[in-house]
Amino acid sequence: MRNLTDEEYLLPGNAACPGCAAVMAMRIGLKVLGPRTILVIPACCMSVVQGHCPKTPSKVPIFNTAFAASAATASGIRAALEMKGIMDVNIVCWAGDGGTADIGIQSLSGAAERGDDLIYVCYDNEAYMNTGTQRSGSTPEGARTTTTITGKSEGKKDVPGIMIAHRIPYVATACTSYPLDFANKLRRAISMRGTRYIHLLSPCPPGWRYPTEKTVEVGKLAVESGAWILYEWAGGRCRLTGPSSGLAERSKRRPLEEYLRIQGRFAQADPSKIEGMKRRIDEEWERILALCKG
Amino acid sequence: MIATGNHAVAYGVKAARAEVIAAYPITPQTQIIEKLSEFIEKGEMRAKFLRVESEHSAMAACIGASACGARAFTATSSQGLLYMSEMVFWAGLGSFPVVMAVVTRALAPPWSIWNEHTDILSQRDAGWIVIMCESVQEAYDASIQAFRIAEDRRVRQPVMFGLDAFSLSHTSERLDLIGQEEADAFLPAPEGDWKVIDVQEPTTYGNMASPERMMEIRHSTMERLKESSGVIEEAASEFSRVSGRQQAGLVEEYRTSGAEVMLVVVGASSGDAKDAADALRDEGVRAGVLRLRVIRPFPSERIRAALQGCKAVAVVDRDYSFGLGGIIGQEVASATGAGPFNYIAGIGGRDLSVMDFAGIARDAIRRAEAGEGRGEIWWGIKGSQEPSR
Ligand SMILES: Cc1ncc(C[n+]2csc(CCOP(=O)(O)OP(=O)(O)O)c2C)c(N)n1
Ligand code: SF4
Ligand SMILES: [Mg+2]
Repeated sequence: MRNLTDEEYLLPGNAACPGCAAVMAMRIGLKVLGPRTILVIPACCMSVVQGHCPKTPSKVPIFNTAFAASAATASGIRAALEMKGIMDVNIVCWAGDGGTADIGIQSLSGAAERGDDLIYVCYDNEAYMNTGTQRSGSTPEGARTTTTITGKSEGKKDVPGIMIAHRIPYVATACTSYPLDFANKLRRAISMRGTRYIHLLSPCPPGWRYPTEKTVEVGKLAVESGAWILYEWAGGRCRLTGPSSGLAERSKRRPLEEYLRIQGRFAQADPSKIEGMKRRIDEEWERILALCKG
Repeated sequence: MIATGNHAVAYGVKAARAEVIAAYPITPQTQIIEKLSEFIEKGEMRAKFLRVESEHSAMAACIGASACGARAFTATSSQGLLYMSEMVFWAGLGSFPVVMAVVTRALAPPWSIWNEHTDILSQRDAGWIVIMCESVQEAYDASIQAFRIAEDRRVRQPVMFGLDAFSLSHTSERLDLIGQEEADAFLPAPEGDWKVIDVQEPTTYGNMASPERMMEIRHSTMERLKESSGVIEEAASEFSRVSGRQQAGLVEEYRTSGAEVMLVVVGASSGDAKDAADALRDEGVRAGVLRLRVIRPFPSERIRAALQGCKAVAVVDRDYSFGLGGIIGQEVASATGAGPFNYIAGIGGRDLSVMDFAGIARDAIRRAEAGEGRGEIWWGIKGSQEPSR
């Protein structure tokens, strides 16, 4: 891939499911971040895919911490490095949507309010996958999980919006099917100081119920249908990126049904439910477009 | 000088040159962190102060800092300690030499800000060394000794020390400080060689441990806690020399020789117990006081020795374990009673089968027949293992 080093920081042979987008994204993320990086990982699929100790699955230090504690742990690491005069290290939390939108939001909000110098990547597979696909605050409306077997009735929590409200230097959304867009955003984040946040949609074959080889296609459909909007927010300005830049007009977007039908988790969504989902997506677009107008 | 117990802790932590402090306010701990924050803002102390949004985050930040080899400190109390509990265990089980002051306070409901020891004792199984202070002076002395004990190569476990709410935290008493040079000689700058995060030598810390490995990791923590008894005594005698003040180590014995009745006590009210013993002795009642300065590692041998030949032993608990009894009372009973053979088995998912139980039963008979007394046996242990380092 253009502009990416051939050096591998995530070593092969990890224990992820086949077709796991989150792991592919971590591989790319580490290439961008480089060797002077510390990863902080709370309880989530990524804590399991590392395999068993004393095995080390990466060429950068990984510090596993408690489910709710990734941002605070990173703040402590940053404070220690500053005291030791080590200033050129990326400290990166790599957390799931549950560890971000739900149990970890307090420590993330605290770190962001303090402006602690860290990058936070939330890989969003839209449920608690490590414990077997239970609903999270980031699960979208209509999705079946093991704790919402008739489909979630509430909408998805807008964590990037919450992070924008913290007035941190950088907030972006991304999707694993657009690795270059993600890599560019990570590069921008690395070039800044303070709390930087990237929310990365990461399709998950067992949790979303689609065949493993469709991982890239599912992510693309999420973006092309407008269900997931790619943007970045920096210095008080918002702009659409990647394919989303051309999708401001609703008519340019693929029908939402194409995105929903490729996955099993929305199988029970009836037309009236789908209408409700479309309304929410339109509202989200209006909100982001208004943000882009400034 | 004259200072409160809380301010004494702040002076101690300053003398100890803590590098990262992360804390969240709670009555009656607030003066500790206010004073430290003031030291740092006025440039009298070189440290990072993280004004975190919760106690859970306070300990998480201390762990992150300690994992990079920094000297980390926090302070809390009561609700805050329980809110922090997941990370308290993380620090203990992960062998991070963090130091924490706990101003002991009752738990709600109903709300109470007054003294009780149930909060600190609720964390006694977390792999921390637990010290209980008697006086303002001791709070200062303990806050410096705590770092030395925690960071000692033979220990490398976190240390918490308790101060009774108000009767110690907010009571002003005489306080003698030691000079910074003496403090530095007693507690040299942190080498930080316990660090587990290093971009030069990348490793993964804390990923999954299989049942084949976990029990040995826990065993090594047990051994370090055991080893810490001697290190605590060493730190106390060395600090006695540096400060010119006699320091208690694991326990303090007051008028115990020939005692017919022994008051076994913990914390700030120990002074009152000693006054009571004096009064009783004046009346011809041979009373003594055994103060437990250290709760973990539990000083069982010292207690057994001190209580030998006592007609009556009175353990005073300012805490309670519902459904069982006073916590210290139970622990003293288990230290002095006949005691079972105690098999530690199945840790971290290690197999524990019918065959193991049969083997354990046979092993117990063999030990009984050999005349062995009480004892702890780690069943199926394969030797100690450092925690994922
Ligand atoms: C305090 C606490 N509560 C619950 C758990 C159990 N748990 C571990 S991972 C997990 C789900 C993680 O979900 P998410 O953050 O979305 O990451 P994913 O597994 O989907 O990658 C849960 C509930 C835990 N480890 N700690
Ligand atoms: S459950 Fe999903 S996110 Fe977790 S490892 Fe498997 S594919 Fe990846
Ligand atoms: Mg998830």
